[in-house]
Amino acid sequence: MSADTDVEVLRRQGRIVVVGASLAGLRAAETLREQGFTGSLTMIGDEPYEPYDRPPLSKQALLGRARPEDTALPRRRDIDAEWRLGVAAEELDRDAKRVILANGDSVPYDRLLITTGTRARPWFHPEEAALEGVFVLRTRDDSARLTRKLAGGVSRVLVIGAGFTGSEVASACRELGLDVTVAERGPAPLVGALGGVIGAVADRLQRKHGVDLRCGISVTALEGDDVGRLKRAHLSDGSAIDVEVAVVSLGAMRNTEWLVGSGLAAGPRGIACDAGCRVFDVNGIVTDDIYAAGDVARSPHPLFDYQFLALEHWGNAVEQSKIAAHNMICAGPERRPHLWLPMFWSTQFGVNIKSVGVPSLGDQLGVAQGALAEERFVAVYGYRGRCIAAVSFDGAKWLGFYEEQIASGAPFPLEYRTVDRRTEMLQPVDPAFPDPHLPTHGATVTLTGHSPTERRVEFVPAHA
Amino acid sequence: MRLVVDLNRCQGFAQCVFLAPDVFSLHGEEALLFSPRFDEEHRDRVEKAAAACPVQAILVDYSDEPTKRVESHVG
Amino acid sequence: MTPDPISAQIIDYANRADPYPLYAELRKTPVIREDDGTYLVSTYHEVRSLANDPRLSNDTSNRLPGYARTGQPAEETGLPPSFIFTDPPVHDRLRDTINRPFGPPHSPRFLDDLRGELATVVSGLLDAFKGKDQVDIVEDFSYPLPVTAICRVLGVPREDEPRFHGWADALASSLDPSSGGDNHQEEAQRARQELGAYLADLIETKRRHPGPGILSALAPDMTPADLEATAVLLLVAGHETTVNAITNTTLTLLRHPDVLERFRNEPQLAVPLIEEVLRYEPPVQFIPFTTALADIDVAGTTIPKGSPVWLMLAAANRDPARFHDPDRFDPDRKDNEHLGFYTGIHYCFGAPLARMELHAAVPELFRRVKFSGLLEDPPPYRANAVLRGPRHLPVAIDGLTA
Repeated sequence: MSADTDVEVLRRQGRIVVVGASLAGLRAAETLREQGFTGSLTMIGDEPYEPYDRPPLSKQALLGRARPEDTALPRRRDIDAEWRLGVAAEELDRDAKRVILANGDSVPYDRLLITTGTRARPWFHPEEAALEGVFVLRTRDDSARLTRKLAGGVSRVLVIGAGFTGSEVASACRELGLDVTVAERGPAPLVGALGGVIGAVADRLQRKHGVDLRCGISVTALEGDDVGRLKRAHLSDGSAIDVEVAVVSLGAMRNTEWLVGSGLAAGPRGIACDAGCRVFDVNGIVTDDIYAAGDVARSPHPLFDYQFLALEHWGNAVEQSKIAAHNMICAGPERRPHLWLPMFWSTQFGVNIKSVGVPSLGDQLGVAQGALAEERFVAVYGYRGRCIAAVSFDGAKWLGFYEEQIASGAPFPLEYRTVDRRTEMLQPVDPAFPDPHLPTHGATVTLTGHSPTERRVEFVPAHA
Repeated sequence: MRLVVDLNRCQGFAQCVFLAPDVFSLHGEEALLFSPRFDEEHRDRVEKAAAACPVQAILVDYSDEPTKRVESHVG
Repeated sequence: MTPDPISAQIIDYANRADPYPLYAELRKTPVIREDDGTYLVSTYHEVRSLANDPRLSNDTSNRLPGYARTGQPAEETGLPPSFIFTDPPVHDRLRDTINRPFGPPHSPRFLDDLRGELATVVSGLLDAFKGKDQVDIVEDFSYPLPVTAICRVLGVPREDEPRFHGWADALASSLDPSSGGDNHQEEAQRARQELGAYLADLIETKRRHPGPGILSALAPDMTPADLEATAVLLLVAGHETTVNAITNTTLTLLRHPDVLERFRNEPQLAVPLIEEVLRYEPPVQFIPFTTALADIDVAGTTIPKGSPVWLMLAAANRDPARFHDPDRFDPDRKDNEHLGFYTGIHYCFGAPLARMELHAAVPELFRRVKFSGLLEDPPPYRANAVLRGPRHLPVAIDGLTA
């Protein structure tokens, strides 16, 4: 069966294999069936569970408001799939078009979708990582273990890394009445994602809620007692703190190791694919039978200078997997680009933080509405004179407006009057990212249309 | 019954909390928490909540299809 | 002779029973400028986008001189505007405060706890249908329920209703852009003063002797003037909107016997059906009191700074670019992201109360009452074009079950 000419045959009796049975994999499977795919569908997942939702694991679950095992995702429809759960994909044989599983089984495919996602970056020292009391938080099992431990009562929790997950863990611990120390190597919490100006707000939030926040500090070693239980953490300033629990929140690693030797452009930064989710091979040639979506995929985004963006965002997994599924069973001209504007949220210390666009590309920042000091505001990031991102703290109802501004390449700074525009932050400032991206090339791009089928790229001249 | 809220869409209107306070809650002024699994007794209220959402961000199960597993065989 | 501007036609009472053809006409120009410089926006995406646009203000004192300053009390009165006519940060502070005893996060069960009482009121109203062969749905059902509910929420004595009914009506009329005449405005001003004085008295009593309801709870946290303005707004809104929602639902169902038949067999249809009525016949038809704070480009038109802007919710709810076959009443409609309660930061404060009343009223009404038909179609409408709804809805009935 050749790729494009026999699309109808593929739709009727093809074999589609999805590796990665989480949010992206599930939504892709539903989309395939919704769009009339009647062939065989196999879902492969290394965890023994049906697809579940991860965001509650660091929020409701830790607070005891939902059990980690109750996070299974609702289904949009029946998918009539064969599930191979609890067995990881170990190898991809592109010549024979089959996936080889850890138990030796091999699963043939006509189209393959890779949604293997990420895993928590473990503590760098394996023996220390194995101490009782050292946790990461990514899976249902991770969350169940940590929840159990916290519920048992602990003297002090150390959170290593103040990104979104680390900050959410710290927030939940404080709400549970536990003492918390947060060690962050950067100058402020959330600094990598939102920059130092907004990071300072997050810093204040943490301290206001009683977190012992230590920035500019890294943890150099975790020390156990005689029976292998964590008892102390050593910090880069020479001090040490007694802790029973350490939650390692140092970000994620992409699950691409199983693709080594497959000839695909897959590595630690993810799997490179085009805007239609087709995976590149190592030569930079696009494949036509292998697709990727979700956290593991990286693809060029026209709004951001065609830089390859890998987005570890819930919404990206949903949207990209639908595009991938659609494209897998369509002929060329009907394929759609993944032009989703990056978006994410985080709930911490009673504040709803939402973001649209790519803040870390920003070279300037202005507070469009509200005030940083009130922890209720919308901040807008500029990049070479246009809006590139916006972040709201308890201002979600406004974010849609800024989304439109970003998608239409609106100029930055914002010079028009709005409600709740204060004077103190009108002058744009450096958003203070630790490692600012340097601008590259010229033409800007506008996203148009209200539904995915209408979304197409339109070029507009670069601002002078 | 399973449910999920697309918190990218959610803007904190909190209509779901008013209509099904056992399943949804607000954390602070705007952040929404929800129980991803709810009992049959709450079904009616969850359906009202999902229908009332001004941005249609609540997804309730549309399928109770069993997850059909393939037992691995030695081979 | 030049035709009347479209806004005048919308306000014209002759079009009250069926304004939808006018709205369809309006949508042909998504953003239309009237001769006096007012802009009407009628298509879904544009209305939604402007409702979320921070360059649009609900404080009409931002309008250029010469335009109506709806909701802004004359300076000499010294009264503050109610929160619906304010912008952040004042708006957010007021609304958060008022929400404290009313809803989540602080009082998530306040309304939920009223459900039993609402059901009792509904039962009582329906029991009174016994032995009749015709009733007026408005007078006998849709009006008394919301009045009782809002009195209960606020802590206003239900038996005072005859006193404030007229004031509430006059105030609601002043929202209507046709009420520009001096007589109307004077009458509204007087009603505002009298209702305000009544509520100020009540609030003062509650400050000394707290009782149930949110006015008591709010008294310590708000200035008397702000609380009075809030009480006036909520009492009027509670009076003049939900009545239309319940009546419109009844009317729409009686006009669609196929849906009605289905509803009898599938009571769970109430949930999507009520949302569909809010799309199809929204109780607030348009928002005529917003103002551009800056030049706003929308759908190829620039709305200049200081211009009055009307957001036509009922027209947007029937935009074929957003809703398939929009003039069809379809309770099975998926993805019904209607604007029946508006959207953005000014989303209807009372929406959850209205929904609870609808859920208490509609299924029970159609479960218990056997209707034999509308006695007048279209029914006589009230004058108000914004808070649009029948003044009476006489129906023939053919029995009542327990």
